[in-house]
Amino acid sequence: MKPPPFHYHDPETVAEAVALLGCLENPKLLAGGQSLMPMLNMRYVLPDHVIDLNRVKALSYLRESGGALEIGAMTRQRDIEFSDLVRNRCPLMHEAILQVGHRQTRNRGTLGGSLCQLDPAAELVTVAAALDATVTLTGPKGRRELSFAGFPAGYMTPALEPDEMLTGARFPLWAKGHGHAFVEFSRRHGDFAVVSAAALLEVGASGKITRASVTIGGATPAPIRAREAERALVGNAASSTLFRDACESCGKIEAVGDVHAPASYRRHLAGVLARRALEKAHARIEGRK
Amino acid sequence: METRKIGVTVNGQRREAEVETRFTLADFLRQQLGLTGTHLGCEHGVCGACTVLLDGYSVRSCLMLAVQANEHEITTVEGIAPSKTELHLLQEAFRDNHGLQCGFCTPGILTTLIEFLRENPDPTEAEVRIAISGNLCRCTGYQGIVAAALDAAKRMQGEKRG
Amino acid sequence: MLGKTSWNGTSAGMKVQCNSVPRLEDVALLRGEGRYVDDIRLPGMLHAAFVRSPHAHAAIRGIDKSAALALQGVQAVLTLQDLRPYLRNERLVVGLPSPSYKQERNRPALAGDETVHVGEPVAIVIAGNRYIAEDAVALVMVDYDPLPAAVDCRAALEAGAPKVHNDAPHNLLAEFGMGYGDVDRAFAGAKYIFRESFWQHRGGSHSIECRGAVAVHDPMADKLTLWSSTQMPHALMRVLVDMLGRDENQLRVVAPDLGGGFGPKLVTYSEDVVVTLAALITGHPVKWIEDRREHFISTTQERDQYWEVEIAVDADARILGVRGSFIHDHGAYTARGVNLGHNSAETVTLPYEIPAYKMTVRLALTNKVPVTPVRGAGHPQGTFAMERLLDRVARELKLDRAEIRLRNLIPASKMPYTKQLKTRGGMQVVLDSGDYPKCQQEACEKAGWDGFRARQEAARKQGRYIGIGLANFVKGTGRGPFEGVTVRIGPSGKVLVYSGATAMGQSTRTMLAQIVAEQLGGDMTNITVTTGDTDGIPMGIGGSNSRQTVTAGSSAHLAAKKVRHKAIKVAALLLKAAEQDLEIVGGEVRVKGAPDLKIGLGRIAHTVAGTPGYSLPGEVEPGMEATEYFVVDDMAYANGSAVAEVEVDVETGGVKILRYVLAHDCGTILHPVIVDGQILGGTAHGIGNALYEWMGFDENGQPVTTNLGEYLLVTATEMPPVEIIHHESPSPLNPLGVKGVGECGVVPAPAAIMSAIEDALTPFGVHVTRTPLFPAEIVALINKW
Repeated sequence: MKPPPFHYHDPETVAEAVALLGCLENPKLLAGGQSLMPMLNMRYVLPDHVIDLNRVKALSYLRESGGALEIGAMTRQRDIEFSDLVRNRCPLMHEAILQVGHRQTRNRGTLGGSLCQLDPAAELVTVAAALDATVTLTGPKGRRELSFAGFPAGYMTPALEPDEMLTGARFPLWAKGHGHAFVEFSRRHGDFAVVSAAALLEVGASGKITRASVTIGGATPAPIRAREAERALVGNAASSTLFRDACESCGKIEAVGDVHAPASYRRHLAGVLARRALEKAHARIEGRK
Repeated sequence: METRKIGVTVNGQRREAEVETRFTLADFLRQQLGLTGTHLGCEHGVCGACTVLLDGYSVRSCLMLAVQANEHEITTVEGIAPSKTELHLLQEAFRDNHGLQCGFCTPGILTTLIEFLRENPDPTEAEVRIAISGNLCRCTGYQGIVAAALDAAKRMQGEKRG
Repeated sequence: MLGKTSWNGTSAGMKVQCNSVPRLEDVALLRGEGRYVDDIRLPGMLHAAFVRSPHAHAAIRGIDKSAALALQGVQAVLTLQDLRPYLRNERLVVGLPSPSYKQERNRPALAGDETVHVGEPVAIVIAGNRYIAEDAVALVMVDYDPLPAAVDCRAALEAGAPKVHNDAPHNLLAEFGMGYGDVDRAFAGAKYIFRESFWQHRGGSHSIECRGAVAVHDPMADKLTLWSSTQMPHALMRVLVDMLGRDENQLRVVAPDLGGGFGPKLVTYSEDVVVTLAALITGHPVKWIEDRREHFISTTQERDQYWEVEIAVDADARILGVRGSFIHDHGAYTARGVNLGHNSAETVTLPYEIPAYKMTVRLALTNKVPVTPVRGAGHPQGTFAMERLLDRVARELKLDRAEIRLRNLIPASKMPYTKQLKTRGGMQVVLDSGDYPKCQQEACEKAGWDGFRARQEAARKQGRYIGIGLANFVKGTGRGPFEGVTVRIGPSGKVLVYSGATAMGQSTRTMLAQIVAEQLGGDMTNITVTTGDTDGIPMGIGGSNSRQTVTAGSSAHLAAKKVRHKAIKVAALLLKAAEQDLEIVGGEVRVKGAPDLKIGLGRIAHTVAGTPGYSLPGEVEPGMEATEYFVVDDMAYANGSAVAEVEVDVETGGVKILRYVLAHDCGTILHPVIVDGQILGGTAHGIGNALYEWMGFDENGQPVTTNLGEYLLVTATEMPPVEIIHHESPSPLNPLGVKGVGECGVVPAPAAIMSAIEDALTPFGVHVTRTPLFPAEIVALINKW
């Protein structure tokens, strides 16, 4: 299983990378390689050009700015994992990243690579949906911001123009004291989620939920926000009954079935995991009291 | 056939070579440098047999292009032992705990554990299992490997204390 | 928690044997200095890749090589037509003999005008490196005419099913029955009869090293040497002799270090033959290394069996009879024989006293990869059927599952116990030794079987569903007829050991050196072991059936004793001492209590190497060598009892094995740590077969699990703590008293785990009739979808 022949390019700036994207026929961007290299080795993709982004230092950054986490596309998953900033200010991302593959995967894998691969079972993709992230896309005409909700154009297909690349993402942070949980069901440790659920909760002084984000990953072509569940939560007092009732709608999503898990099972898991994520998120809020 | 000149430090030794740009790092190490200790088990990033250390961090060499290693440091299994006559404490622990049978997955597990034990010198059994969960072994059932890793941790700590 | 092992054996008086000595294999392997087939590099070596059929069944109208040949770096593209001038016989005739074949389906060297499974090799491309070879493979234009495919083995046997092979009248490869006693009468008079249907599926080998071959032709000697990742080099050579029309002098097959075998590497493959011919035809050494995707679609595997079985018991739950039938997916060709079906049927009754038995087996051809043994070799399936039947009886009669087994297990007092069954070679099945009830009792005690109900109740109150399961097994091991060993002491003083046995990780070198060292000095570093080389010893069978310690170990023991006897005899003459006063320590023979009176083994070898004109001392025979082919026909039967404790997440269907206990008997234990390692590895494989591994094909015969992300192997985080209790019932069938152990861990695991899952889900009335079992199905069973 060896890669097919291609021309190799390793630009050092974003401008160079974008220029290459614009003028080369049938190019593929190489980030951490954890998705693209297996596809190349198996010859599932046959690019004429491979544009290696690993020398574009400007794409590696991780900082807090204006109430959001700003992360460059080439920031290694390892750096996200060991970042105190992420652990403290975006614990959902911290919990999720520990379930991304294995140590070797995270040592090379990048945020941008995962977001652009757009596997609905990928933890970072689900987190981006949960946090209402925005992605920065850079093309020959400059940069534009796109809300993550609009980023998937289809199953594993980002809404990128052919001469555009993702250069970073912005994750708005939730207020201190919020509850978080990333729960997934996978066959073995480190595997892609069969279904995952991300929950974020804010509870007001009155004890009522003031803000809720519930996201299901792995069940549909792209992670989806369980809006009905979120609406059912806000304004009500947190309880096991509330969570169970609210997640009933999650069990009714139009799930995808494949040879590994039938749609009915994914639907069922969606309801179960969303509820468990909410309970865990709530327990974390209670635990801090 | 497109090639590039690269310079890589492998097991402490500077190596210069001309490589085809589509050649994987694993094939470069095995075929061009003759370091056949790194093994290929799947070539799609699951089995971990090809794991090497890139600047000290474990990576799957089947998922890297050789050209990407330019100006980096690589450590393979051949670079673990301190000399031709001595074994690393980790290797001794494997020998003493039946941590290998056919030996094919072993180099990838050793490099994985070198990084892991450096960052986690006193791990629990559960942490060891997670650390090697990205390395497949079909022979041992992992028990001997886990015992070897925990034993190695003790030996390496003992050595530090002197 | 790491598992613990308790061992009731003794190494008293033994120098090396029965001790956990350091393995000879380890240092080189730990340094990355193993020499696996892909590590072999020869000057001028070219690299091969195969064009493989993308269709489950198709006619091949033509092959256009022109575009591939035009690619720079491509040396040759060979099809069956190109190989014909070099082939005396186009087919690999390897099937183990049996009277039950209805048709012969031997693999061709390369597909000719028909291809019958996805992955079948159609042509070989030879190029400067593997990258270019794969580029060229994509350029070979094969004109396929797709044909209907038979995929499900049950459907394949129905009237009107598509033919797996165009010229076949039907898809029944073989049919046979086995049994004894008056089964109909047993059932007619039974108080209770219960019927079950099972689907059992096993998967592939997935040794971490895939297959590979390197061949080179020496034109001066006209000798072809093939290094192949084979478990059976002598058998491979016989196929080459047959197909190439060359004699043994012109061929040599060597198994280098193997990165695991587990069964499928014992098969001789088309690729072995074609790579050998490629070296001859191109005049260059040729290397082919299988990649993982090829392993899924061209290395043999085990797959489906569909069982219909009934059990008849009396009012006291004593078994009166078992009868049934199963259909076995054989794949598209015979790459080994009918042995899997035979093994499954033969194993069913082994641990228990069953007065009447009848099993009908049908092997169905399908348009899928050929099926041959994978570690366990059909035995897990027979065990699963029997153990699930017993659980059914226990549930229906409201009896404890351990109790019902105790009532039916063959007691130790009846050993050796003759079963009215024959092995595939026609040998009577005689269970030579073992205490089955004791093993079960010890396993249950260790696992806390009696107290489990209380723990289960307590867990349920917390909303947790835990369960416990039990399975017994008996497995024939040490399949004969022999495995030869030559022991020779050279003038260097080194002890040289040669055997047809083959190493694949199970410590063959250490095993043989240990046994020989016990007789010849106790220093394993003075012993060189050569295995898996047809130039090393003329006859060999190789690794399978957990056979090599029994066969090769026994031969090594006897040969070493002969050499020891001679060394002492000659030393006695040279030292002018009495034979009984001599001992061999390290590389010397010396007088006990007077260690300065000694002579080196090399010196002795010199003496009996002969000096022209001088007679040999004491009328001994020339040379310091003995070759033994210890012959054994009967199998040595190992046994065990496994208890699994599981927790089921009833919302997700996730299963966690909390604890696994195996009480086990493989006869005399030569190396406790290695034996444990074999059991642990087998247990991991068995857990994989129960909960993770499925080699899937769609309705068109397209494989749907073709990478290790889709086909799941157990990792370190899925393994439970495993506790092993050893018993040693030495087998009377060989001088060491050993039984095989390599496959034993895998045999009871699915049965024990399914029993535990069913137990955990009793409140939901779940009945498990399949292995593997996945979370989605568990949820469906719980919710009765």
